Amino acid sequence: MAESQSTVLAGVLREHSDEIAREWVRLQQNDLTLRNNLLRAGELEQQCREFLAALVNALQNGGGADVLRSETWAPVRELLSGISRTRARQGFTPTETAMFVFSLKQPVFDLLRREVKSDELADISWAATTVLDALGLYTTETYQRGREEIIARQQQELLELSTPVVQLWHGVLALPLIGTLDSARTQVVMESLLQAVVETGSQIAIIDITGVPVVDTLVAQHLLKTVAAARLMGADCIISGIRPQIAQTIVHLGVEINDVITKATLADAFAIALTRIGLHVTRKNAPRREAAAE
Amino acid sequence: MQSIPILKMGSFLLVSIQVDMDDRTAMSLQDDLTSAIVKHRAKGVLIDISSLDVVDSFIGRMLANTAAMARILDADTVVVGMQPSVAITLVELGLSLKGVRSALNVERGMELLKSIARDTLAEADQADAGYES
Repeated sequence: MAESQSTVLAGVLREHSDEIAREWVRLQQNDLTLRNNLLRAGELEQQCREFLAALVNALQNGGGADVLRSETWAPVRELLSGISRTRARQGFTPTETAMFVFSLKQPVFDLLRREVKSDELADISWAATTVLDALGLYTTETYQRGREEIIARQQQELLELSTPVVQLWHGVLALPLIGTLDSARTQVVMESLLQAVVETGSQIAIIDITGVPVVDTLVAQHLLKTVAAARLMGADCIISGIRPQIAQTIVHLGVEINDVITKATLADAFAIALTRIGLHVTRKNAPRREAAAE
Repeated sequence: MQSIPILKMGSFLLVSIQVDMDDRTAMSLQDDLTSAIVKHRAKGVLIDISSLDVVDSFIGRMLANTAAMARILDADTVVVGMQPSVAITLVELGLSLKGVRSALNVERGMELLKSIARDTLAEADQADAGYES
């Protein structure tokens, strides 16, 4: 874009900035894509005016520069990324976020058609389109990045949340595993299990894999490592919650887990754990009924 | 070179490793321990490694070998007090000490040795009964 065109564009925009802002806000509000429940009208108008002011400034100071990289456009980019990050968090779709910039086209072109001489109109319109398209794409990209940040943070939180060690009885620990086991998680699981063994002095740990979707050779190896480490600390492990498909997979893959006690359900595992520590469960009123029968 | 004391408790031997193990200490411990098992006719050995922060593959193998030697001399070995980090390291090294029994602390280890001794006695009784009938 040539300097002269951007100066003309900046001049027209500044002169009619109030009109454009009004028209732009109205358009966005009419647009079905605007979520009134997520964004207050005042907030939208403020965002629009700030963006217009920054845009005019950037056009004035060197519209010829690269929109996506130059220093001149930095304030505009900053403003846009702020807006799209907020919208990403608030749950706007990518289209809705990009429309913030793209919906500016119509009022601007209407204005240009009115204000600019017809022989210059094509060039100036092209200049305006280039700038707005670049900014619109930038919005989408930032939106994406905002989303990715959210995903990364959630992954981290999931990792921390997903390895609880609970005490079922004095001397009996349970470790309900949810989700796929990779090396990083195995490390966390192992550490928290061994720590819990030391703290509670437990002799038996039940590893429940009901929530583990797939058991392949790698996952099986991770499980066996955990079992071996617990055994070195003097705690026996029982693996429970083995679903029929998983039993089939384990046998088909030829994984050797003969050394480990396995049970189908957590209840079975708990029962055998209680037997191991010399306890058994009886019904409370059973003897009384016998006495009555006699 | 430091030598590691071997204490006798009834028919069991108690070895508490309180110093950093180097290879020579480990080898001399193996010598002392096998001699002590024979001398005291011990039925079980308890090795306490709770103050070891680092166990390398050599010490790991030494523990497994000691257990195997004790087994030949008719004594069971229980390793007690292993630190979580040591357990993880050993497993990562691929040394899961298959022939060695473990317990959380000395007290548990002693109970385990006693129960093994009881089981062995019971088996011997059964064998005798079978022989007589």
